[in-house]
Amino acid sequence: MATNMEPILRVEKLVKKYQRKNSAGSSEELVALGGVSFAVAQGTTLAVVGESGSGKSTLGFCISCLENPTTGSIWFEGRDIAVLTENERRHIRPQIQLIFQDPSNSLNPRWRVQEILLEPLILQGKLTREEMKPRAVALLAQVGLSSDMLQRSPAKLSGGQRQRLAIARALALEPKLLILDEALSALDCSIQAQIANLLMELQRKLGMTYLFITHDLAMAAHLADEIAVMYRGRIMEQGPTRKVLRCPTEEITKNLLAAMPSLDRAARPPLD
Amino acid sequence: MVPILEVQDLHVSYNSSGGAPYSALAGVSFQLMPKEILGVLGESGSGKSTLATSLLRLLPSNGNISSGTAFFEGKDLLQASVGELEQIRGKRISLVYQEPSVALHPTIRAGRQVLHVLAAHESERKSTLVRKRRQVLSSLFPEDVDRISNSYPHQLSGGQRQRVLIAQAIACGPSLLIADEPTSSLDPATQMEILDVFRTLRDELGLAMIFITHNPALLAGFADRVLVLYGGRIAELGPAGTILSLPRHPYAKALFQSMPAISGDKTNNGKKLPVITGDSSSAPLPRQGCVFEPRCPERMEDCRKREPAAVNLSESHTVFCFKYGG
Amino acid sequence: MMRFFLRRLRHALFLLAGVSILAFLFTTLAPGNYFDEMRLNPQISPETLAALRAQYQLDKPLALRYASWMNSVLHGQMGFSFAYNGPVAPLLFVRARNTLLLTITATLIAWVIALPLGVWSAERYGRLPDRLLSWAAAGLLVIPDLALALGLLVLAVRTGWFPTGGMTSLDFESLSFGGKVRDLVWHMTLPVAALVFSALPLLLRHVRAAVAEVLDAPFVLAAKGHGIPRRTLLYRYALRAAANPLISLFGFSVGALLSGSLLVEVVMSWPGLGPLLLESILSRDLYIVIGGVLLSTLFLVGGNFLADILLYWADPRIRTETVAR
Repeated sequence: MATNMEPILRVEKLVKKYQRKNSAGSSEELVALGGVSFAVAQGTTLAVVGESGSGKSTLGFCISCLENPTTGSIWFEGRDIAVLTENERRHIRPQIQLIFQDPSNSLNPRWRVQEILLEPLILQGKLTREEMKPRAVALLAQVGLSSDMLQRSPAKLSGGQRQRLAIARALALEPKLLILDEALSALDCSIQAQIANLLMELQRKLGMTYLFITHDLAMAAHLADEIAVMYRGRIMEQGPTRKVLRCPTEEITKNLLAAMPSLDRAARPPLD
Repeated sequence: MVPILEVQDLHVSYNSSGGAPYSALAGVSFQLMPKEILGVLGESGSGKSTLATSLLRLLPSNGNISSGTAFFEGKDLLQASVGELEQIRGKRISLVYQEPSVALHPTIRAGRQVLHVLAAHESERKSTLVRKRRQVLSSLFPEDVDRISNSYPHQLSGGQRQRVLIAQAIACGPSLLIADEPTSSLDPATQMEILDVFRTLRDELGLAMIFITHNPALLAGFADRVLVLYGGRIAELGPAGTILSLPRHPYAKALFQSMPAISGDKTNNGKKLPVITGDSSSAPLPRQGCVFEPRCPERMEDCRKREPAAVNLSESHTVFCFKYGG
Repeated sequence: MMRFFLRRLRHALFLLAGVSILAFLFTTLAPGNYFDEMRLNPQISPETLAALRAQYQLDKPLALRYASWMNSVLHGQMGFSFAYNGPVAPLLFVRARNTLLLTITATLIAWVIALPLGVWSAERYGRLPDRLLSWAAAGLLVIPDLALALGLLVLAVRTGWFPTGGMTSLDFESLSFGGKVRDLVWHMTLPVAALVFSALPLLLRHVRAAVAEVLDAPFVLAAKGHGIPRRTLLYRYALRAAANPLISLFGFSVGALLSGSLLVEVVMSWPGLGPLLLESILSRDLYIVIGGVLLSTLFLVGGNFLADILLYWADPRIRTETVAR
């Protein structure tokens, strides 16, 4: 895969803090991201792994402009999108798309597949009415769904099909960067394999860049070129997948590897 | 040894508005020995959740158990009255539900919810119940018992909520625990912790367990026997070690092959995963013949004509596939 | 927690002040005043009229009148009534007390019926008993309050079981304490019935909907799986989880305590706030109208405030909100 010299995404010292009221009534500060920096080359996949609460989802929200970072910069194709106004951001948004873990929450259950797919096309306003339907069919084909799904409601689709639909909707805007926030975690194992294959194929064909946020190390190992291990809002270890997983240097990485369930694990003594 | 649970020929279906009833389980039979962990492996549409809820008769209003028996402590659960069932649920057989984030009441404190279970089954004085509750919670939360007990579910982490659910389940000392995907929304490290909790419960309290999951990797080194469920029917049933390392049924084989693994020195980076084509949870099951036949990479002539019968590969290992006879 | 309440309290006070200004403006700007009737009477000379108007400050500028009215409020008098020739406050309070007697009783009864009935209905959601009840409730909802009240009156007239109006019998004062109570209850029955019938259908629908939604929730099923008995399940688990929308509704109920019964009071000649307000509006008895409006608003705001407090107490999730920075 041809890669440009300049990374398509570069995050510098990203910090995100929240104010929260605890049950005693006083407000406390929650540091979700404590200064995260990394870069992703175009056409590659960076996996961000970590346990719950490590801040990986917050990272996804900040990069996709769903949240404003407290401080830090996010360089996308050479522009710092963290400091843009909402108006300027509107042009960037189609290029960064987010796929969530639970597609049933991000797909409107009252709409049909066709309307769900057409919505981004209509908002973008580039195509005429006649051109939109064939494009929707083409999008479905790209993700392996047949065109007779157009009239179905998302509630009638399986988990795997819904996730494919979510991907198709994201592709409608021709994004350059796809952020997958635990996008495979809620699916059955055999379906995860199907969607993983689909993602790899799309990356080959369309040259997309993926930010793969997950706690499934095995899938990260399979899909990612580089891997970043997060812990409590910071990146503890980062590098090419093979290297990080085969020769981990940080304690947290070793722990994640040890805790990973795998088929060929014999009975282990209980963790203490 | 007498099995603690004996299920014979269980058939469960759901009525759908304006259509034929949907068969969720057909002809499921198995036994469970005391102190045994049986892992039920199934994906969406396999009927695994139906198995959990039908044993305790917690099916939704459109579900019905058309035939079969489930003997537990001398009583057929499927024929028991509601009063008898209320005595069994939570007291002799407990169900640990999936999704701990929604299985707890959102505005009642965690400790209170455990107390409710105790109060439902034991008619002792409140102070005794409070003591018992403390005992149960301490066994699951060695530190921090009071804080957890006084917290509301939304103040607890996923793993903590799951432990509260488990506390509710074991509070009255049941002999059988049915856990339906108890770890699916937790991260791997917490998943391992919860599995350890279950293992400890089996070792210390002598609990038998039915552990339902869609992830075979969780059953490795944990379950004693594995039952593979597909399309409401048993595909394979046998010792965990055997099935997980050398599955016989084409479905099990294909399933394990499609999982990425960091094994040994080779990371499978960049290559396509071998997948089972199609999707079982949305497509209707075939009317005749083996339910897996449409997607089976090893299908034969007979597979479309009739359903395979049980083939005993050994005394403890059974498979339902024409490749081995049947 | 204190900050939350103080904030709400501040809002409430602002609201009350705003409403008082608006009420004042609207009533004074409405055409006509109390003495218009008198003007038509040739026996009263224009000088007398002018003197009366000056006495009641009707010729002063608006702002000044508002200020002196405010002053009167702070002194507990709430202005002066032309018709009754005395301070407004005691009038209002007596009538308000009578109204509250009706409405509090009716609200309590309505809720006490709606809660278990709604839960019962939700348990049988979609099945025949539930559907019959929904039909009956819808039928009641459709009947206008006026028709209900009149219908009950007709019942009273035809059967003579209940008095046809008023709050007390003529010989009220001579009755014993028990007799007084009995007499009051006898008079209250029909208006309370009218109010309950008009409030019940809506309450029932909301309770039923809120509980039905919760009955399908995983935690109810999980509790069932733990063998928690049906009664506890319905009331301690389901109803409690369905409380949020019901608490808001309760706040509305409290808010409508003074204002919701006007029609019934007028039709059944109950000496409450309703007939007083009606009469005062028609005769332009300015300060009674403003005072009445203000009192009703006080209840409305108070009802909302109560709902806020109850929500805060009932739902711990509201207490810990996360705000991004």
